Amino acid sequence: MSSDNYINRRAFLNKGFRIGLTAALAGTAGVTLLKLTRKTYVWQIDPFTCTQCGRCQTNCVLPVSAVKCVHAFDLCGYCDLCGGYFKPNANTLSTAAENQLCPTAAITRVFIEDPYFEYTINEELCIGCGKCVKGCTSFGNGSLHLQIRHDICVNCNECAIARVCPSEAISRIPLDEPYVIKGDFTFKNKS
Amino acid sequence: MGRMLFAIYVFLLTMTLAVQGQHQQRFPKPEFDSGYVQPQADAPEPRSGTMEWIDVIVLIAALSGGAFFVIWRRSRKGVLWLSVLSLAYFGFFREGCICSVGSLQNIALSLFSDSYAASLNVLAFFILPLVFALLFGRVFCGSVCPLGVLQDLVVLKPVKLPAGLQAALGLFPYLYLGFAVLFAATGTDFIICRYDPFVGIFRLGAPFYMVLLGIGFLLVGIFVARPYCRFVCPYGVLLRWMSYFSQYHLTITPDKCIECRLCADSCPFDAIVPPTGDLSIYSTQKYRRKFLLLLLLVPVFALSGGYLLSHSHSFFARADRTVYLADMLIQNPEMQYSTGNLDIETFMASGKSLGTLAQEAAEIRADFYKGTWILGLFLGLVFGIALLRQVVFRRHDGFSPHKGDCVSCARCFDYCPVTVKNQQKR
Repeated sequence: MSSDNYINRRAFLNKGFRIGLTAALAGTAGVTLLKLTRKTYVWQIDPFTCTQCGRCQTNCVLPVSAVKCVHAFDLCGYCDLCGGYFKPNANTLSTAAENQLCPTAAITRVFIEDPYFEYTINEELCIGCGKCVKGCTSFGNGSLHLQIRHDICVNCNECAIARVCPSEAISRIPLDEPYVIKGDFTFKNKS
Repeated sequence: MGRMLFAIYVFLLTMTLAVQGQHQQRFPKPEFDSGYVQPQADAPEPRSGTMEWIDVIVLIAALSGGAFFVIWRRSRKGVLWLSVLSLAYFGFFREGCICSVGSLQNIALSLFSDSYAASLNVLAFFILPLVFALLFGRVFCGSVCPLGVLQDLVVLKPVKLPAGLQAALGLFPYLYLGFAVLFAATGTDFIICRYDPFVGIFRLGAPFYMVLLGIGFLLVGIFVARPYCRFVCPYGVLLRWMSYFSQYHLTITPDKCIECRLCADSCPFDAIVPPTGDLSIYSTQKYRRKFLLLLLLVPVFALSGGYLLSHSHSFFARADRTVYLADMLIQNPEMQYSTGNLDIETFMASGKSLGTLAQEAAEIRADFYKGTWILGLFLGLVFGIALLRQVVFRRHDGFSPHKGDCVSCARCFDYCPVTVKNQQKR
């Protein structure tokens, strides 16, 4: 008899705890549901707050960063003396390796018509160091800028670069607009 | 006439200024004569949102499959193959993200932050394994979780750990869970993801320390089965609570245990509880007094835990970037003009005042004060209850799985000689 009581009490306690835990789960789910977003998020760099510190290259969890330089051609001045392509003390404005700012020679310079040159990024080579972006932003129009490429990015729960970004330029943005490409300069330039 | 000219002059001036305001380009875009067509900046699409739902469907299917193989089919082979498929999908195909273990941080952040809200699929990944654990035990750990399965596959020579050591190490997950929630809720860091030991293996490439951690855990895991699950995993704490009170937890034997001891050493996780036998030797005055004393000590532990941790809240708050920067600049004002520290340089260039930074830091520190109080209370309570459990003896007959520790791997089934005629392989 006493043994039966023992088992019954245990079963009763178990049931009580089970109901309590169910309530706790439902409560957590309910509170989360109240402010739930239907959106899925991806990480992206706001090019207007980015300061090109270079941590995108080193802090991504991938062996080669998912951050790449993107060229907003709309903004480009097609300059001969490109601040993003040439080292500040370049000897001549030629495509010789010693003149290039890019450590992996990922920028291709193509003559179009006098005096204009087109610059394109080879994303296979780009390591996301942002050296060209700094050059272009300091001396040019800022048409080169960094973006997280979503075909490479594994969308970590917390972006390892976002954690160390000194200007806090990386944030979650909705999946349906996954890029912040400079382009419509007048519209997106938040002063 | 002069007035008219002046008006036109003013109009043109405002127009040019307006235009200049719009186009801050240093070098205007040229107009090309050669018929050059400007290329478009391409933007590779991210993984589509519908794929997230496929993850949830796979999760539900895997959890149901796990429950099916463990509770109904009682098949280790089924669990094994299902777990390998889960490892392939959630581990190597989805590369460890999205995962239930990490999702608890998203939920914590969502509960406490104003700016962040978890999405429905994250909530599903958080809640479904817990619901299944409440019903069927930790089938998530045994059949679905890629971290657990990876460790399960390397269990070659499991050794039995001393009970005391196991109990002591088993307290670490509570600590980890507490701090993970504290740091997630304050928006500081997602430490579970940052120190996830196996994500580097899933992605076949990661920072060095991550790979080292992963290989270390796997090497230890050859002898100490599932070390991460048992002594680290913070989500395991929640699963343990659910599973401990689960409705239809697996049993080693399909019928009545005949106490043959064949299964006693079959569990690599030391999760099989032998029959207790007669417990009357413990129902003495001595143990009653010990129990009462410890029961009275539990609130003391909780309060002192809260008091101690909340007194070191500013230490923990320095894990937050803003607090760290503010502390550094306020303690060493001369560092404002130093070069070489990127964070300081960027802050100084941003034009924000030191006062604003200090204000922000103070707010975060206040959050940490509250958070560390709650964390301390929680940890004290956990410690107290762990001690209390050492003097609580519950009688039960036959070999049974420890409902909290058992990860539903189904290994023990094959060791049980008892069969249920006609009911076998329902």
